[in-house]
Amino acid sequence: MYGRGVDNPWLSLDYLRRSGDEVWEQLVIHTSLTLQAILIAAAIALPLAMVVRRSPRFAGPILGITGVLYTVPSFALFALLAPFTGIGRTTVLIGLVAYALLVLVRNTVVGLQGVDPDIVDAARGLGYSRTRMLLTVELPNALPSIFAGLRIATVSTVALVTVGVVVGYGGLGQLMFRGMQSNYRAQIATSALLCLALALLLDLLLVLIARWATPWARERRRARRSLRGGRAGGAGRSAEAAA
Amino acid sequence: MSTIGDAWTYLTTPESWVGANGVFGTNFDGSLRFQQDSIIALTLEHLYMSFAAVGIAAALALPLGLWLGHVRRGGGVTTVVSNVSRAMPTLALLTLFAASAIGFGNRAVIIAAAIFAFPPILTNTFTGMAGVDADVREAAFGQGMTRLQVALRVELPLAVPLIAAGLRTSTTQTVATVPLAALVAGGGLGVIINFGLATQRYGEVLAGGILVAALCLGIDWLLARAQRAVTPAPLRRATVAAA
Repeated sequence: MYGRGVDNPWLSLDYLRRSGDEVWEQLVIHTSLTLQAILIAAAIALPLAMVVRRSPRFAGPILGITGVLYTVPSFALFALLAPFTGIGRTTVLIGLVAYALLVLVRNTVVGLQGVDPDIVDAARGLGYSRTRMLLTVELPNALPSIFAGLRIATVSTVALVTVGVVVGYGGLGQLMFRGMQSNYRAQIATSALLCLALALLLDLLLVLIARWATPWARERRRARRSLRGGRAGGAGRSAEAAA
Repeated sequence: MSTIGDAWTYLTTPESWVGANGVFGTNFDGSLRFQQDSIIALTLEHLYMSFAAVGIAAALALPLGLWLGHVRRGGGVTTVVSNVSRAMPTLALLTLFAASAIGFGNRAVIIAAAIFAFPPILTNTFTGMAGVDADVREAAFGQGMTRLQVALRVELPLAVPLIAAGLRTSTTQTVATVPLAALVAGGGLGVIINFGLATQRYGEVLAGGILVAALCLGIDWLLARAQRAVTPAPLRRATVAAA
Protein backbone atom coordinates (compact mmCIF):
# COMPACT_ATOMS: atom_id res chain seq x y z
CA MET A 1 0.00 0.00 0.00
CA TYR A 2 1.37 3.34 -1.04
CA GLY A 3 0.67 6.42 1.00
CA ARG A 4 0.93 10.04 -0.04
CA GLY A 5 4.36 11.32 -0.95
CA VAL A 6 5.69 7.85 -1.62
CA ASP A 7 7.00 7.22 -5.14
CA ASN A 8 4.10 5.59 -7.01
CA PRO A 9 5.01 5.48 -10.72
CA TRP A 10 2.50 4.55 -13.44
CA LEU A 11 5.00 2.36 -15.21
CA SER A 12 7.68 0.39 -13.49
CA LEU A 13 9.84 -2.53 -14.55
CA ASP A 14 10.19 -3.32 -10.90
CA TYR A 15 6.51 -4.32 -10.81
CA LEU A 16 6.95 -6.74 -13.71
CA ARG A 17 10.06 -8.18 -12.12
CA ARG A 18 8.26 -8.82 -8.87
CA SER A 19 4.82 -9.82 -10.09
CA GLY A 20 5.61 -11.11 -13.58
CA ASP A 21 4.25 -14.60 -12.82
CA GLU A 22 0.93 -13.24 -11.65
CA VAL A 23 0.60 -10.89 -14.64
CA TRP A 24 1.39 -13.75 -17.01
CA GLU A 25 -1.13 -16.01 -15.27
CA GLN A 26 -3.95 -13.44 -15.63
CA LEU A 27 -2.94 -12.68 -19.22
CA VAL A 28 -3.25 -16.37 -20.07
CA ILE A 29 -6.66 -16.54 -18.37
CA HIS A 30 -7.77 -13.40 -20.21
CA THR A 31 -6.64 -14.74 -23.59
CA SER A 32 -8.04 -18.23 -23.18
CA LEU A 33 -11.38 -16.86 -21.91
CA THR A 34 -11.63 -14.53 -24.93
CA LEU A 35 -10.76 -17.23 -27.47
CA GLN A 36 -13.07 -19.78 -25.87
CA ALA A 37 -15.97 -17.31 -25.80
CA ILE A 38 -15.48 -16.31 -29.45
CA LEU A 39 -15.22 -19.91 -30.65
CA ILE A 40 -18.38 -20.94 -28.79
CA ALA A 41 -20.23 -17.82 -29.96
CA ALA A 42 -19.17 -18.46 -33.58
CA ALA A 43 -20.25 -22.11 -33.30
CA ILE A 44 -23.73 -20.92 -32.23
CA ALA A 45 -23.95 -17.84 -34.45
CA LEU A 46 -23.12 -19.45 -37.81
CA PRO A 47 -25.93 -22.05 -37.73
CA LEU A 48 -28.35 -19.41 -36.38
CA ALA A 49 -27.47 -17.05 -39.23
CA MET A 50 -27.91 -19.86 -41.76
CA VAL A 51 -31.34 -20.61 -40.27
CA VAL A 52 -32.25 -16.92 -40.64
CA ARG A 53 -31.01 -17.01 -44.23
CA ARG A 54 -32.97 -20.14 -45.17
CA SER A 55 -36.21 -19.21 -43.41
CA PRO A 56 -36.53 -15.46 -42.95
CA ARG A 57 -39.51 -15.88 -40.62
CA PHE A 58 -37.00 -16.77 -37.87
CA ALA A 59 -35.13 -13.50 -38.47
CA GLY A 60 -37.36 -11.49 -36.11
CA PRO A 61 -37.16 -13.80 -33.07
CA ILE A 62 -33.44 -14.66 -33.44
CA LEU A 63 -32.26 -11.07 -33.98
CA GLY A 64 -34.69 -9.90 -31.29
CA ILE A 65 -33.46 -12.30 -28.61
CA THR A 66 -29.78 -11.71 -29.37
CA GLY A 67 -30.53 -7.96 -29.38
CA VAL A 68 -32.07 -8.13 -25.89
CA LEU A 69 -29.06 -10.14 -24.64
CA TYR A 70 -26.83 -7.43 -26.09
CA THR A 71 -28.74 -4.58 -24.43
CA VAL A 72 -28.64 -6.12 -20.94
CA PRO A 73 -25.39 -4.85 -19.44
CA SER A 74 -22.66 -7.39 -18.71
CA PHE A 75 -22.61 -6.36 -15.06
CA ALA A 76 -26.31 -7.22 -14.76
CA LEU A 77 -25.96 -10.42 -16.80
CA PHE A 78 -23.22 -11.68 -14.50
CA ALA A 79 -25.46 -10.80 -11.55
CA LEU A 80 -28.39 -12.68 -13.11
CA LEU A 81 -26.21 -15.74 -13.74
CA ALA A 82 -24.10 -15.77 -10.57
CA PRO A 83 -26.82 -17.13 -8.25
CA PHE A 84 -27.25 -20.14 -10.54
CA THR A 85 -23.89 -20.80 -12.18
CA GLY A 86 -21.80 -19.75 -9.22
CA ILE A 87 -18.83 -17.47 -9.01
CA GLY A 88 -16.08 -18.02 -11.54
CA ARG A 89 -15.24 -18.94 -15.09
CA THR A 90 -18.54 -20.45 -16.26
CA THR A 91 -20.55 -17.34 -15.40
CA VAL A 92 -18.14 -15.03 -17.18
CA LEU A 93 -17.96 -17.33 -20.19
CA ILE A 94 -21.75 -17.47 -20.62
CA GLY A 95 -21.94 -13.68 -20.42
CA LEU A 96 -19.20 -13.19 -22.98
CA VAL A 97 -20.80 -15.65 -25.42
CA ALA A 98 -24.16 -13.89 -25.06
CA TYR A 99 -22.55 -10.59 -26.04
CA ALA A 100 -20.55 -11.82 -29.00
CA LEU A 101 -23.64 -13.56 -30.42
CA LEU A 102 -25.48 -10.49 -31.69
CA VAL A 103 -22.52 -9.07 -33.59
CA LEU A 104 -21.67 -12.42 -35.15
CA VAL A 105 -25.23 -13.36 -36.12
CA ARG A 106 -25.93 -9.91 -37.57
CA ASN A 107 -22.73 -9.74 -39.60
CA THR A 108 -23.14 -13.28 -40.93
CA VAL A 109 -26.73 -12.57 -41.98
CA VAL A 110 -25.66 -9.33 -43.68
CA GLY A 111 -22.83 -11.18 -45.41
CA LEU A 112 -25.11 -13.96 -46.64
CA GLN A 113 -27.68 -11.46 -47.89
CA GLY A 114 -25.02 -9.48 -49.71
CA VAL A 115 -23.84 -12.35 -51.92
CA ASP A 116 -24.05 -11.37 -55.58
CA PRO A 117 -27.37 -12.79 -56.94
CA ASP A 118 -25.65 -13.64 -60.23
CA ILE A 119 -23.30 -16.01 -58.42
CA VAL A 120 -26.23 -17.69 -56.67
CA ASP A 121 -28.04 -17.95 -60.00
CA ALA A 122 -25.01 -19.51 -61.64
CA ALA A 123 -24.75 -22.08 -58.83
CA ARG A 124 -28.45 -22.86 -59.11
CA GLY A 125 -28.02 -23.28 -62.85
CA LEU A 126 -25.29 -25.83 -62.18
CA GLY A 127 -27.82 -27.83 -60.17
CA TYR A 128 -26.49 -27.09 -56.67
CA SER A 129 -28.81 -28.10 -53.83
CA ARG A 130 -29.73 -25.40 -51.30
CA THR A 131 -27.48 -26.85 -48.61
CA ARG A 132 -24.54 -27.25 -50.97
CA MET A 133 -25.06 -23.73 -52.26
CA LEU A 134 -25.12 -22.35 -48.72
CA LEU A 135 -21.96 -24.16 -47.70
CA THR A 136 -19.84 -23.90 -50.83
CA VAL A 137 -21.07 -20.69 -52.48
CA GLU A 138 -22.84 -18.33 -50.10
CA LEU A 139 -20.79 -18.92 -46.95
CA PRO A 140 -17.37 -18.38 -48.59
CA ASN A 141 -18.70 -15.23 -50.25
CA ALA A 142 -19.92 -13.96 -46.87
CA LEU A 143 -16.50 -14.48 -45.28
CA PRO A 144 -15.37 -10.82 -45.41
CA SER A 145 -18.47 -9.74 -43.47
CA ILE A 146 -18.12 -12.67 -41.05
CA PHE A 147 -14.51 -11.72 -40.35
CA ALA A 148 -15.52 -8.09 -39.80
CA GLY A 149 -17.97 -9.36 -37.17
CA LEU A 150 -15.33 -11.61 -35.59
CA ARG A 151 -12.98 -8.63 -35.28
CA ILE A 152 -15.56 -6.43 -33.55
CA ALA A 153 -16.68 -9.28 -31.27
CA THR A 154 -13.11 -10.22 -30.32
CA VAL A 155 -11.99 -6.69 -29.51
CA SER A 156 -15.08 -5.99 -27.39
CA THR A 157 -14.78 -9.36 -25.64
CA VAL A 158 -11.22 -8.59 -24.55
CA ALA A 159 -12.52 -5.40 -22.93
CA LEU A 160 -15.57 -7.15 -21.47
CA VAL A 161 -13.61 -9.88 -19.69
CA THR A 162 -12.50 -7.27 -17.15
CA VAL A 163 -16.08 -6.85 -15.93
CA GLY A 164 -15.71 -10.43 -14.68
CA VAL A 165 -14.20 -8.98 -11.49
CA VAL A 166 -17.79 -8.76 -10.28
CA VAL A 167 -17.75 -12.53 -9.92
CA GLY A 168 -14.05 -12.73 -9.10
CA TYR A 169 -12.87 -13.90 -12.53
CA GLY A 170 -11.88 -10.92 -14.63
CA GLY A 171 -8.45 -11.85 -15.99
CA LEU A 172 -6.39 -8.67 -16.21
CA GLY A 173 -9.37 -6.81 -14.71
CA GLN A 174 -8.59 -8.65 -11.48
CA LEU A 175 -5.20 -6.91 -11.40
CA MET A 176 -6.73 -3.51 -12.23
CA PHE A 177 -9.21 -3.89 -9.41
CA ARG A 178 -6.63 -5.00 -6.85
CA GLY A 179 -4.29 -2.24 -8.01
CA MET A 180 -7.07 0.25 -7.39
CA GLN A 181 -7.80 -1.09 -3.92
CA SER A 182 -4.17 -0.75 -2.91
CA ASN A 183 -3.55 2.40 -4.98
CA TYR A 184 -0.78 0.63 -6.89
CA ARG A 185 -0.52 2.61 -10.13
CA ALA A 186 1.96 0.34 -11.92
CA GLN A 187 -0.37 -2.63 -11.51
CA ILE A 188 -3.35 -0.76 -13.00
CA ALA A 189 -1.43 0.79 -15.89
CA THR A 190 0.37 -2.44 -16.79
CA SER A 191 -2.83 -4.49 -16.92
CA ALA A 192 -4.66 -1.76 -18.86
CA LEU A 193 -1.88 -1.59 -21.46
CA LEU A 194 -1.78 -5.38 -21.72
CA CYS A 195 -5.54 -5.38 -22.35
CA LEU A 196 -5.15 -2.91 -25.21
CA ALA A 197 -2.17 -4.84 -26.59
CA LEU A 198 -4.08 -8.13 -26.46
CA ALA A 199 -7.04 -6.59 -28.32
CA LEU A 200 -4.72 -5.15 -30.94
CA LEU A 201 -2.82 -8.41 -31.37
CA LEU A 202 -5.94 -10.56 -31.74
CA ASP A 203 -7.38 -8.02 -34.18
CA LEU A 204 -4.22 -8.15 -36.27
CA LEU A 205 -4.26 -11.94 -36.17
CA LEU A 206 -7.84 -11.97 -37.48
CA VAL A 207 -6.90 -9.59 -40.29
CA LEU A 208 -4.12 -11.98 -41.34
CA ILE A 209 -6.39 -15.05 -41.11
CA ALA A 210 -9.05 -13.22 -43.13
CA ARG A 211 -6.49 -12.43 -45.80
CA TRP A 212 -5.35 -16.03 -45.94
CA ALA A 213 -8.94 -17.34 -46.02
CA THR A 214 -10.12 -15.03 -48.80
CA PRO A 215 -7.35 -15.10 -51.41
CA TRP A 216 -9.77 -13.85 -54.09
CA ALA A 217 -10.25 -10.62 -52.14
CA ARG A 218 -6.50 -10.12 -52.26
CA GLU A 219 -6.51 -10.59 -56.04
CA ARG A 220 -9.32 -8.08 -56.31
CA ARG A 221 -7.47 -5.59 -54.11
CA ARG A 222 -4.36 -5.96 -56.25
CA ALA A 223 -6.39 -5.53 -59.43
CA ARG A 224 -7.99 -2.39 -58.06
CA ARG A 225 -4.62 -1.01 -57.05
CA SER A 226 -3.07 -1.62 -60.48
CA LEU A 227 -6.16 -0.12 -62.07
CA ARG A 228 -5.75 2.98 -59.97
CA GLY A 229 -2.03 3.09 -60.85
CA GLY A 230 -2.89 2.76 -64.53
CA ARG A 231 -5.41 5.55 -64.33
CA ALA A 232 -2.91 7.80 -62.58
CA GLY A 233 -0.38 6.96 -65.29
CA GLY A 234 -2.96 7.76 -67.93
CA ALA A 235 -3.67 11.11 -66.33
CA GLY A 236 0.07 11.78 -66.30
CA ARG A 237 0.35 10.92 -69.96
CA SER A 238 -2.55 13.15 -70.95
CA ALA A 239 -1.03 15.94 -68.88
CA GLU A 240 2.20 15.45 -70.80
CA ALA A 241 0.32 15.46 -74.04
CA ALA A 242 -1.39 18.69 -73.08
CA ALA A 243 1.97 20.22 -72.24
CA MET B 1 -35.40 -21.95 -5.76
CA SER B 2 -34.86 -19.78 -2.71
CA THR B 3 -32.70 -17.25 -4.57
CA ILE B 4 -35.66 -16.35 -6.76
CA GLY B 5 -37.87 -16.22 -3.67
CA ASP B 6 -35.38 -13.89 -1.96
CA ALA B 7 -35.26 -11.66 -5.02
CA TRP B 8 -39.05 -11.56 -5.10
CA THR B 9 -39.20 -10.72 -1.38
CA TYR B 10 -36.63 -7.96 -1.83
CA LEU B 11 -38.43 -6.47 -4.81
CA THR B 12 -41.86 -6.58 -3.13
CA THR B 13 -40.78 -5.08 0.20
CA PRO B 14 -41.76 -1.40 0.19
CA GLU B 15 -38.71 -0.50 2.28
CA SER B 16 -36.37 -1.70 -0.52
CA TRP B 17 -37.88 0.98 -2.71
CA VAL B 18 -38.15 3.97 -0.38
CA GLY B 19 -35.25 3.07 1.93
CA ALA B 20 -35.01 3.01 5.71
CA ASN B 21 -34.20 6.72 5.87
CA GLY B 22 -36.24 8.02 2.98
CA VAL B 23 -35.25 8.48 -0.65
CA PHE B 24 -33.12 11.61 -0.26
CA GLY B 25 -30.84 12.84 2.47
CA THR B 26 -28.16 15.45 2.92
CA ASN B 27 -24.43 14.92 2.67
CA PHE B 28 -21.95 16.40 5.14
CA ASP B 29 -21.28 19.26 2.75
CA GLY B 30 -24.98 19.99 2.43
CA SER B 31 -25.42 18.52 -1.05
CA LEU B 32 -28.26 16.23 -2.03
CA ARG B 33 -27.70 12.59 -1.11
CA PHE B 34 -29.29 9.64 -2.88
CA GLN B 35 -29.89 7.10 -0.08
CA GLN B 36 -28.02 3.97 -1.09
CA ASP B 37 -30.63 1.56 0.34
CA SER B 38 -33.52 2.85 -1.76
CA ILE B 39 -34.19 1.47 -5.24
CA ILE B 40 -35.94 4.70 -6.23
CA ALA B 41 -32.99 6.84 -5.15
CA LEU B 42 -30.47 4.55 -6.84
CA THR B 43 -32.48 4.57 -10.07
CA LEU B 44 -32.65 8.36 -10.05
CA GLU B 45 -28.92 8.55 -9.31
CA HIS B 46 -28.29 6.09 -12.14
CA LEU B 47 -30.28 8.22 -14.58
CA TYR B 48 -28.67 11.45 -13.37
CA MET B 49 -25.17 10.01 -13.90
CA SER B 50 -26.07 8.59 -17.31
CA PHE B 51 -27.59 11.79 -18.63
CA ALA B 52 -24.80 13.93 -17.23
CA ALA B 53 -22.29 11.73 -19.08
CA VAL B 54 -24.23 11.73 -22.35
CA GLY B 55 -24.81 15.48 -22.00
CA ILE B 56 -21.09 16.19 -21.67
CA ALA B 57 -20.26 13.84 -24.54
CA ALA B 58 -22.95 15.33 -26.79
CA ALA B 59 -21.88 18.90 -26.02
CA LEU B 60 -18.42 18.04 -27.37
CA ALA B 61 -19.17 15.42 -30.04
CA LEU B 62 -22.10 17.13 -31.79
CA PRO B 63 -20.31 20.38 -32.77
CA LEU B 64 -17.13 18.50 -33.66
CA GLY B 65 -19.03 15.94 -35.75
CA LEU B 66 -21.07 18.66 -37.46
CA TRP B 67 -17.95 20.60 -38.38
CA LEU B 68 -15.86 17.60 -39.50
CA GLY B 69 -18.81 16.23 -41.45
CA HIS B 70 -19.47 19.56 -43.11
CA VAL B 71 -15.89 20.02 -44.28
CA ARG B 72 -15.83 16.25 -45.00
CA ARG B 73 -12.49 15.67 -43.37
CA GLY B 74 -11.30 13.53 -40.47
CA GLY B 75 -13.18 10.32 -41.32
CA GLY B 76 -10.06 8.35 -40.46
CA VAL B 77 -9.74 10.03 -37.07
CA THR B 78 -13.34 9.27 -36.10
CA THR B 79 -12.82 5.60 -37.04
CA VAL B 80 -9.66 5.37 -34.95
CA VAL B 81 -11.39 7.02 -31.97
CA SER B 82 -14.26 4.55 -32.04
CA ASN B 83 -11.96 1.54 -32.49
CA VAL B 84 -9.69 2.47 -29.61
CA SER B 85 -12.67 3.13 -27.35
CA ARG B 86 -13.99 -0.35 -28.14
CA ALA B 87 -10.70 -1.96 -27.10
CA MET B 88 -10.35 0.11 -23.92
CA PRO B 89 -12.01 -1.64 -20.96
CA THR B 90 -14.26 0.68 -18.92
CA LEU B 91 -12.82 -0.83 -15.78
CA ALA B 92 -9.32 0.15 -16.90
CA LEU B 93 -10.35 3.79 -17.24
CA LEU B 94 -12.22 3.77 -13.91
CA THR B 95 -9.32 2.25 -12.00
CA LEU B 96 -6.80 4.54 -13.73
CA PHE B 97 -8.93 7.51 -12.68
CA ALA B 98 -9.26 6.21 -9.14
CA ALA B 99 -5.49 6.01 -8.76
CA SER B 100 -4.96 9.46 -10.30
CA ALA B 101 -5.93 12.95 -9.21
CA ILE B 102 -9.51 12.44 -10.47
CA GLY B 103 -10.21 9.97 -7.71
CA PHE B 104 -13.19 7.77 -6.81
CA GLY B 105 -16.91 8.30 -6.84
CA ASN B 106 -19.65 9.55 -9.12
CA ARG B 107 -17.67 12.36 -10.71
CA ALA B 108 -14.96 9.98 -11.95
CA VAL B 109 -17.63 7.62 -13.28
CA ILE B 110 -19.41 10.42 -15.14
CA ILE B 111 -16.14 11.48 -16.80
CA ALA B 112 -15.30 7.88 -17.77
CA ALA B 113 -18.83 7.24 -19.08
CA ALA B 114 -18.69 10.50 -21.06
CA ILE B 115 -15.48 9.35 -22.75
CA PHE B 116 -17.21 6.15 -23.87
CA ALA B 117 -20.38 8.01 -24.87
CA PHE B 118 -18.37 10.30 -27.15
CA PRO B 119 -17.41 8.02 -30.12
CA PRO B 120 -20.89 6.80 -31.18
CA ILE B 121 -22.21 10.38 -31.28
CA LEU B 122 -19.16 11.66 -33.15
CA THR B 123 -19.10 8.85 -35.70
CA ASN B 124 -22.81 9.01 -36.44
CA THR B 125 -22.91 12.81 -36.68
CA PHE B 126 -19.91 12.75 -38.99
CA THR B 127 -21.34 9.98 -41.17
CA GLY B 128 -24.72 11.69 -41.35
CA MET B 129 -23.29 15.06 -42.33
CA ALA B 130 -20.66 13.72 -44.74
CA GLY B 131 -23.20 11.37 -46.34
CA VAL B 132 -25.44 14.18 -47.59
CA ASP B 133 -25.76 14.04 -51.37
CA ALA B 134 -23.13 16.29 -52.98
CA ASP B 135 -25.73 17.55 -55.49
CA VAL B 136 -27.95 18.76 -52.66
CA ARG B 137 -25.03 20.65 -51.14
CA GLU B 138 -24.13 22.21 -54.44
CA ALA B 139 -27.70 23.25 -55.09
CA ALA B 140 -27.77 24.96 -51.69
CA PHE B 141 -24.49 26.78 -52.34
CA GLY B 142 -25.77 27.71 -55.79
CA GLN B 143 -28.76 29.41 -54.21
CA GLY B 144 -26.33 31.68 -52.41
CA MET B 145 -26.52 30.06 -48.98
CA THR B 146 -23.57 30.63 -46.68
CA ARG B 147 -21.52 27.76 -45.26
CA LEU B 148 -23.31 28.01 -41.92
CA GLN B 149 -26.71 28.00 -43.59
CA VAL B 150 -25.84 24.97 -45.69
CA ALA B 151 -24.55 23.13 -42.60
CA LEU B 152 -27.46 23.97 -40.32
CA ARG B 153 -30.41 24.24 -42.70
CA VAL B 154 -29.60 21.66 -45.36
CA GLU B 155 -27.13 19.07 -44.06
CA LEU B 156 -28.20 18.94 -40.41
CA PRO B 157 -31.88 18.11 -41.08
CA LEU B 158 -30.82 15.36 -43.48
CA ALA B 159 -28.38 13.98 -40.90
CA VAL B 160 -30.90 13.96 -38.03
CA PRO B 161 -31.87 10.26 -38.34
CA LEU B 162 -28.25 9.12 -38.02
CA ILE B 163 -27.50 11.61 -35.24
CA ALA B 164 -30.54 10.33 -33.33
CA ALA B 165 -29.31 6.76 -33.82
CA GLY B 166 -25.92 7.77 -32.44
CA LEU B 167 -27.45 9.43 -29.38
CA ARG B 168 -29.55 6.34 -28.75
CA THR B 169 -26.60 3.94 -29.00
CA SER B 170 -24.56 6.21 -26.79
CA THR B 171 -27.26 6.59 -24.12
CA THR B 172 -28.10 2.88 -23.97
CA GLN B 173 -24.43 2.07 -23.69
CA THR B 174 -23.93 4.64 -20.93
CA VAL B 175 -26.88 3.38 -18.88
CA ALA B 176 -25.27 -0.06 -19.21
CA THR B 177 -21.84 1.24 -18.16
CA VAL B 178 -22.86 3.19 -15.06
CA PRO B 179 -23.48 0.03 -12.94
CA LEU B 180 -19.69 -0.39 -12.87
CA ALA B 181 -19.63 2.71 -10.67
CA ALA B 182 -20.39 0.43 -7.72
CA LEU B 183 -16.89 -1.02 -8.06
CA VAL B 184 -15.25 2.38 -7.55
CA ALA B 185 -17.38 3.65 -4.66
CA GLY B 186 -19.94 5.33 -6.89
CA GLY B 187 -23.73 5.09 -6.85
CA GLY B 188 -26.43 3.92 -9.20
CA LEU B 189 -28.21 0.58 -9.43
CA GLY B 190 -24.94 -1.39 -9.55
CA VAL B 191 -24.72 -0.76 -5.79
CA ILE B 192 -27.46 -3.35 -5.17
CA ILE B 193 -25.55 -6.03 -7.09
CA ASN B 194 -22.22 -5.19 -5.51
CA PHE B 195 -23.68 -5.08 -2.01
CA GLY B 196 -25.49 -8.37 -2.55
CA LEU B 197 -22.31 -10.06 -3.75
CA ALA B 198 -20.29 -8.68 -0.84
CA THR B 199 -22.82 -9.94 1.71
CA GLN B 200 -23.60 -13.15 -0.24
CA ARG B 201 -27.29 -12.29 -0.52
CA TYR B 202 -27.80 -13.69 -3.98
CA GLY B 203 -31.48 -12.82 -4.01
CA GLU B 204 -30.50 -9.15 -3.98
CA VAL B 205 -27.85 -9.76 -6.64
CA LEU B 206 -30.52 -11.27 -8.86
CA ALA B 207 -32.96 -8.45 -8.07
CA GLY B 208 -30.28 -5.87 -8.89
CA GLY B 209 -29.53 -7.60 -12.17
CA ILE B 210 -33.23 -7.59 -13.05
CA LEU B 211 -33.55 -3.89 -12.18
CA VAL B 212 -30.50 -2.87 -14.24
CA ALA B 213 -31.59 -5.01 -17.19
CA ALA B 214 -35.13 -3.60 -17.01
CA LEU B 215 -33.84 -0.03 -16.89
CA CYS B 216 -31.59 -0.58 -19.91
CA LEU B 217 -34.28 -2.28 -21.97
CA GLY B 218 -36.80 0.40 -20.96
CA ILE B 219 -34.50 3.27 -21.90
CA ASP B 220 -33.61 1.61 -25.20
CA TRP B 221 -37.29 1.11 -25.99
CA LEU B 222 -38.11 4.74 -25.20
CA LEU B 223 -35.21 6.02 -27.26
CA ALA B 224 -36.13 3.74 -30.15
CA ARG B 225 -39.54 5.42 -30.18
CA ALA B 226 -38.00 8.87 -29.95
CA GLN B 227 -35.61 8.02 -32.77
CA ARG B 228 -38.54 6.90 -34.92
CA ALA B 229 -40.43 10.07 -34.10
CA VAL B 230 -37.65 12.40 -35.30
CA THR B 231 -36.93 10.36 -38.42
CA PRO B 232 -38.98 11.37 -41.48
CA ALA B 233 -40.98 8.40 -42.77
CA PRO B 234 -39.10 7.90 -46.07
CA LEU B 235 -35.77 7.72 -44.23
CA ARG B 236 -36.90 5.13 -41.66
CA ARG B 237 -35.87 2.00 -43.52
CA ALA B 238 -32.45 3.39 -44.32
CA THR B 239 -31.69 4.21 -40.67
CA VAL B 240 -32.63 0.76 -39.45
CA ALA B 241 -30.07 -0.67 -41.83
CA ALA B 242 -27.39 1.78 -40.68
CA ALA B 243 -27.99 1.45 -36.95
